[in-house]
Amino acid sequence: MRAQIAFFILSAISLISAIFVITRRNAVHSVIWLIVTLFSVGGVYLLLNAEFLFAVQVILYVGGIMVLFLFVVMLVNLDVAMNQAQFNRQWALALGTVLVLLAELGYALFQQGRRGLALPPAVPTLQSAGNTQEVGLALYRSYMLPVEIASILLLVAMIGAVIMAKRKLE
Amino acid sequence: MLEKTLEFVRNSPLLLATIKIVIVFLVLSGLVAFLVYLERKVLAFMQARLGPMRVGPWGLLQALADPIKLMLKEDIVPARADRVVFLMAPVISVVAAFAVFAVIPFAGNFYVTDVNIGLLLILGISSLGIYGIILGGWSSNSHYPLLGALRSAAQLVSYEVAAGLALVGVLLLSNSLSMVRIVESQREMGWWFVFLQPVAFVIYLIAAVAETNRSPFDLPEAESELTAGFHTEYSGFRFALFFMAEYTAMVLVSCIAVTLFFGGWLRPFPNVSWFDFLKYGPIVALLSLGGFIFWLGRRSPVRSERVFFIALSGLCVVLAALVAYSPVLEAIQGIFWFTAKILVFLYMFIWYRGTFPRYRYDQLMNVGWRRLIPLALANLIVTALFRYWLGPHAAQASAAMLLGR
Repeated sequence: MRAQIAFFILSAISLISAIFVITRRNAVHSVIWLIVTLFSVGGVYLLLNAEFLFAVQVILYVGGIMVLFLFVVMLVNLDVAMNQAQFNRQWALALGTVLVLLAELGYALFQQGRRGLALPPAVPTLQSAGNTQEVGLALYRSYMLPVEIASILLLVAMIGAVIMAKRKLE
Repeated sequence: MLEKTLEFVRNSPLLLATIKIVIVFLVLSGLVAFLVYLERKVLAFMQARLGPMRVGPWGLLQALADPIKLMLKEDIVPARADRVVFLMAPVISVVAAFAVFAVIPFAGNFYVTDVNIGLLLILGISSLGIYGIILGGWSSNSHYPLLGALRSAAQLVSYEVAAGLALVGVLLLSNSLSMVRIVESQREMGWWFVFLQPVAFVIYLIAAVAETNRSPFDLPEAESELTAGFHTEYSGFRFALFFMAEYTAMVLVSCIAVTLFFGGWLRPFPNVSWFDFLKYGPIVALLSLGGFIFWLGRRSPVRSERVFFIALSGLCVVLAALVAYSPVLEAIQGIFWFTAKILVFLYMFIWYRGTFPRYRYDQLMNVGWRRLIPLALANLIVTALFRYWLGPHAAQASAAMLLGR
């Protein structure tokens, strides 16, 4: 019961702050609200007993990537952005996408409802040893190849960024 | 009556945690105020000055006078500032700095909580403190704060990588992220991790100084270039909050270094019974402190100061007598050793400030990216290889090898 209340509060915060992210005129304010969104999503991970995921969310997204976002946004000329139209006029396309997504989610929920009463638990119950080890074992045993491919992709992107930056300097 | 109250407190986990949090918060705030006084005093002695002398005997009440002065000052918000963000920024800094102490084990019998992602939580929450700096600098709507904030952001992001990589070496030895487990595993191995991971320790130490924006890496607030850096526009209590966050962060990195590398609350040689006499350390420390204060008081030319100092040294002797009572002695062992180690680190922070000239910005970036990070990576690879070859009990094995057993 308590967990449910906490879940509703956290999801309310993340949804409302996500709306603020796209409606604020000032880009820095948008970034601040995005930080709030990511943090409350981290809270939801914590409710699901995925404390490792929570820590990674805070370290990487909240503490790392969003700092760089802020960094870049501050260097951009905000006055120009202030005078531009905030939303472009593609209502029809957006509406279509939203409807498709809604239909998809509704269908999935409906199917689940027919099969059984409740959704399956998102995370299987783990031993108290903590799921840091579990995540590590899963990543480096069952999903070794995907992890390696993803890391090489990131490495390539990193080297590419460095080379592009260097070429500009020279 | 007392028994009943104690029983009630013990059976309500939330209340117990709250009491512990309040204690930790109060002690930390006191320590921070004292630390500012200590820094001014030690720096003064290093430069052949006397430092604060006017408020109270030997300027001891300066630690109290400064916060009061700052609280009474006007809280100025620049006219073109982003008001809400400007007001929020120092609060973010302070909250991030204090929140982390929830998972620091001050002693085997005193910590707020122990979670099995302890170290990751510390890295995550403490990295939030940077938002206070960036947002404070940006929302001031002024040049120097913005430049200071940008510098600070780049510096913190760079050195966080090196510090994180250095800490992974320790994790490989301890097999756990829980702070309590890390200390316990040092007891089991009989070695402080600083002896098994000296390179990681040096990297962490340098990165810690950079992450707390302390001299010689205090570029975000380099007075000669940036006035006061990111907090140029702040005044009164909000400035005090930034100040407090910086000193709390100093205490925090000292706590992490002590817990990970210097055996946390363990006394030196925790497994060797020859060194059991070390448990009388608290008594000796209190008595010598009392002696020092007495010697100081005898030399004081002012009569009221003489009386005060001699009374203070008497208090130290009374405390020492209290501590000599053996249950008390057992109970404070952990706290005593932890505090002693932290104070050494805090003194080192002041020492650096008194002796090293400030780095240039490109030098800072060079040290971080070209020296520390490759070194940390190499350390990590070597540690991992050793662990692979020698099995999960690598540390014990290599320790045995070193001793020739």
